Formats: sequence, structure tokens, C-alpha cells
Amino acid sequence: MLYLRLFWEFFKTGLFAVGGGMATIPFLYNMADATGWFTRNDVANMIAVGESTPGPIGVNMATYVGYVTGGNVGGIPAAVLGAAVATIGLVTPSIIIILIIASFLKSFRNNRYVESAFYGLRPASTGLIAAAGLSVVVSNLFFAETLDQGFSLALFNWKGWILAAVLWTLTNKVKQTKGLHPILFILGSAVAGVVFSM
Amino acid sequence: MSIYPDLFVTFAKVGVMTFGGGYAMLPILQREVVDNKGWATEEELMDYFAIGQCTPGVIAVNTATFIGQKQRGIAGGILATLGVVFPSLVIISLLAGVITTFSHLTWVQHAFGGVRVCVCILILNAVVKLYKKAVVDAPTLLVFLAVALGSYFTPLSPVLFVLAAAVAGIALKNMGVKK
Repeated sequence: MLYLRLFWEFFKTGLFAVGGGMATIPFLYNMADATGWFTRNDVANMIAVGESTPGPIGVNMATYVGYVTGGNVGGIPAAVLGAAVATIGLVTPSIIIILIIASFLKSFRNNRYVESAFYGLRPASTGLIAAAGLSVVVSNLFFAETLDQGFSLALFNWKGWILAAVLWTLTNKVKQTKGLHPILFILGSAVAGVVFSM
Repeated sequence: MSIYPDLFVTFAKVGVMTFGGGYAMLPILQREVVDNKGWATEEELMDYFAIGQCTPGVIAVNTATFIGQKQRGIAGGILATLGVVFPSLVIISLLAGVITTFSHLTWVQHAFGGVRVCVCILILNAVVKLYKKAVVDAPTLLVFLAVALGSYFTPLSPVLFVLAAAVAGIALKNMGVKK
């Protein structure tokens, strides 16, 4: 049953993604490989859509995945149902956990075991996102299909590297632009993609 | 307005006005929940936010559940949460249909080609920011490297890495205490 599986996959994501929206990305990659509902390239598109639309990015990505997955088996009603099921799956663990924690709020924050678990969880969550980021880099800044012809300059998506260098500089080094909202960089990149046929 | 629809509508408003989630929504929560509704104090909001960050799930959702629960128990928590995700459901459902319809066009594919490069940089920036807070000494560096490499080169589920890291954290910290 597709919808049950969709709920379960997002329930797991909501339960184990620690540290907010970006932490759901590694789970989406794993889901792409495990279920075949969508591709790794789709995930990168979903991140962009999730960042550029109102709402928390983690919720937006769940909704998008659910919509696409439901839409694969039926029309728009099936897609909307998929979106709702995935989103509810994602937030159900949060609701349960927070309702439990709310009843002993103060002692939770200061608990020695909770604190020390997060000492390990924070770098792990960062590592998972880094690995997902590396996958996005490999599939978008390199032409992996040319790899079997040996290492050469044709391997590099040089247009992509130039755009990436410009974006990195604008988001980290230029005082006037580094505080701007990501949506502006995403829109600018879409225009650059069309102009330079990326 | 009775408090139940008010919880839903207020958090739907927060959902609409949040772009990207995380810290971006803090000023909006301060205005809507603390200043306008008086449902929480500034300090409570910071507490909810801190706990929302170190519990599983989306921070925006966790914070909404907390405030709803404080107002009207379990039903309040659920309504506030449904409110915060409702705009996403509507907007993404409308948008996903449009994207699917036009995704075969060459220029749309080029546009997404550019956008995915931007996603690389957005993730890189997020990782750098998280890294500074998470990797504070040699053991945390080791956990970071082990998980990053393990997750990239093996098909293991992220769930396993998260569980192992929690156990490792507890073991490492409490060994340190005994020394």
C-alpha cells in the first residue's frame, strides 16, 4: 500500500532527522535509492523549491515528494493525498515527542544523558548533510557519464563551477549580498541556467 | 475568535511568512505569538526554539507544537502544527503541478540546471555553519568524518548513523566525566 509506505518513510525521517530542515536531505537521498519514487536529481530540485516557497523547508520537501509520488499512481487527487500523507508522516513523531517533553521541559534540557547524546548527534547530523551535499556536487558539477573515458577536463561542468564560485563569493565574501535571502540566489541561478544553457 | 481556530490561523500565518525555516522564522514568531497573542514570553520562545533544535523533526513544527500544547493541551498542539504545515501543502501542491507540466521544456531544464548549482552552495554554506557549532574537539571531528564518509560510500540508512552517534555521544561524554 503506497500511502502507508509513504507515511512510514516520512515518519522515520521526522523521527531521526535531528537539527531542522536541512537534516531531512540525507533521508530523502536514501528514500530515492530505496524506493525509486524519484531520482537524486529530483531531490536537488525539491531543495530549491523548498527553499524558494513559503513554509519550513523540511515540510515543503515532504509535501513535494508526497505530491510527486502520489501523482505517479493517479491524477491530481492522488497527488494531493500523497502530499498530505507525507507531511502528516513527517510531523507525527514531532508531535508525539514534543507533547511528551512538554510535560517535563526543564529537566529534559539539563539532563546529562540528553546533553551528551547531542554531543554526538550534532556532528553526525552535520556529517550526513555533508555527504548529501557531496552527492549533489558530484551529480551537478561533474559529468559522471564521461568518467569511464578516463580523467579529463571534459569531466568538469565548467559553467557550473563558474556559477558556483560566483555564488560562493556572493554568499560569503561580499558584504552587500551575503545577508540576502537564498530565494534571490536561486532565482538568479535559474536565469543564469537559461542564459548559459546549463 | 475562539482559541482553537485562532491557533490554526495564527500558525498558518507563521507558515506563510517563513521562508526556509529555522532561524528565519524567529522574528515572525516573536511578533505573532509573543507580541500579538501573548501566548508565550520571549524567554519561553527561546527555550522552545532551543529544544526544537535538539529534538528530532522540523524546528518550526516542534515550536508550533510546544506553543499549542501550552495553550490547549494535546488538541492545541495538534491544531497549531496542522496550521504551520497547511500553507506548504496548498502552495507546493499548486506549484508541483505547474513544474511537472513544464518540466520537459528545454529552458525549464536549463533553469533547474542552474538552480541545482545554487543548491550545492546553499548546502555547503549550511554545512559550514553547522560544522562550527557541532565539531568542537577531536572526538566530534572523528564522528563527523566517520558519518560523512560512511554515509557517502555505503548504502546504510541515515537512521543507523543517528542512533550510533547518540550512543557514541553518551559514551564519550561519560567516559570523560570519570577521568
